[in-house]
Amino acid sequence: MDNWTFGITMIVIGMGGTILTLWILSLLMSFLKKIFPYTKEEN
Amino acid sequence: MSEAILSGLQGLVDGFLSMHWSNPIMILVGLILLYLGIKKNIEPVLLVPIGFGCILVNIPLAGLMDKDGFLRIIYEAGITTELFPLLIFVGIGAMTDFGPLLENPKIFLLGAAGQFGIFLTLILALALDFTKLQAVSIGIIGACDGPTAIYVTSKFAPELLGAVSVAAYCYMSLVPIIQPPIMRLLTTKEEKVINMGTVKKSVSKTTKLLFPLVVTILGGLIAPKGLPLLGTIMLGNFMKESGVVSRLTRASENEIANIVTLLLGISIGATMDGKVFLTSQTIIILALGFVAICLDTACGVLFGKVMKVVTGGKVNPLIGAAGISAYPMSARVVQKEGQKYNPRNYLLMHAMGANTGGQVGSVMAAAVMLSVLKGMGII
Repeated sequence: MDNWTFGITMIVIGMGGTILTLWILSLLMSFLKKIFPYTKEEN
Repeated sequence: MSEAILSGLQGLVDGFLSMHWSNPIMILVGLILLYLGIKKNIEPVLLVPIGFGCILVNIPLAGLMDKDGFLRIIYEAGITTELFPLLIFVGIGAMTDFGPLLENPKIFLLGAAGQFGIFLTLILALALDFTKLQAVSIGIIGACDGPTAIYVTSKFAPELLGAVSVAAYCYMSLVPIIQPPIMRLLTTKEEKVINMGTVKKSVSKTTKLLFPLVVTILGGLIAPKGLPLLGTIMLGNFMKESGVVSRLTRASENEIANIVTLLLGISIGATMDGKVFLTSQTIIILALGFVAICLDTACGVLFGKVMKVVTGGKVNPLIGAAGISAYPMSARVVQKEGQKYNPRNYLLMHAMGANTGGQVGSVMAAAVMLSVLKGMGII
């Protein structure tokens, strides 16, 4: 594989994969926040 | 008799006679690192052992990095096996409070944007004729995350370990100097004064406890090759949030982290043998590392501008600069910059959220990168 193909693949899949994973993570954590809401008693 | 005396004297001057031209220069570099650590307080816990290790390894004939040398034994035990950066990660996890990030999970995306520098620098390194795995190791300086940079480089380009580690730690500590001009350049006055309000405490203990488990399982399934990185940082955080193993948490963030930092620092210094280190390649790596961190900052701020538009002006783009792993320096820089334009603006907790997002983002980017490399059959 030539360097150009490698670099572009890393940007598209690597960066894309990072953004996608963190986006899914943010959705999951928002969901968990709704299921387990903060209560004042926790203070 | 006189021959024996001369031979004996010869033994005392052999060290001087065996000096390579690069050794005195590297001893000077070691002294500069010590000066920066002690006098300028730049990452002293790392720069002091690195600087001292650099001096030790550049004294000829001592054989400290030979097969049975004590530095070689430490290096093989902790760097070749990848154990030191992973143990440091347990400590980092135990020290980090992901609460500000979980208050507003959308901020995870700023932590992702702050990793663009890794991939853009990788392309630059390829254009400068570095091999693919060397380019990956150089790009990872943009993670702004010392242990991640050491983990990846020791695995794929151990010959660059000294240069990459020094670049990663030095630029991390220079964040307060590197970031502000880029932040000022890329934001308008109206954007700089956006007040994001106060962060309300809205995350339950259960959510905080589940977070490390979710990251480990989801991240591990998406990027299994990076699970050692993800798993160790999240183990540390899980122990902290569980609240039932405070002895282990304290040990991770204090004794273990301190001992490993000392051994890690001295091992990195030991890779800075002048004959290997003093090349044009090292200077290029230092330059590319600088570019990586500038690109991270720029991409973070630009993504902050996108989030400002999407949220109808509720996000101050300055916090995008904190989407890197330099914690908590980057968040402090954002707070300071924000207050220059609006003294009543308290961006610190929002920036802390982005900063911890950057920590997760940098580890995730490295994990994704390793799995993509595996997928392409390069590793």
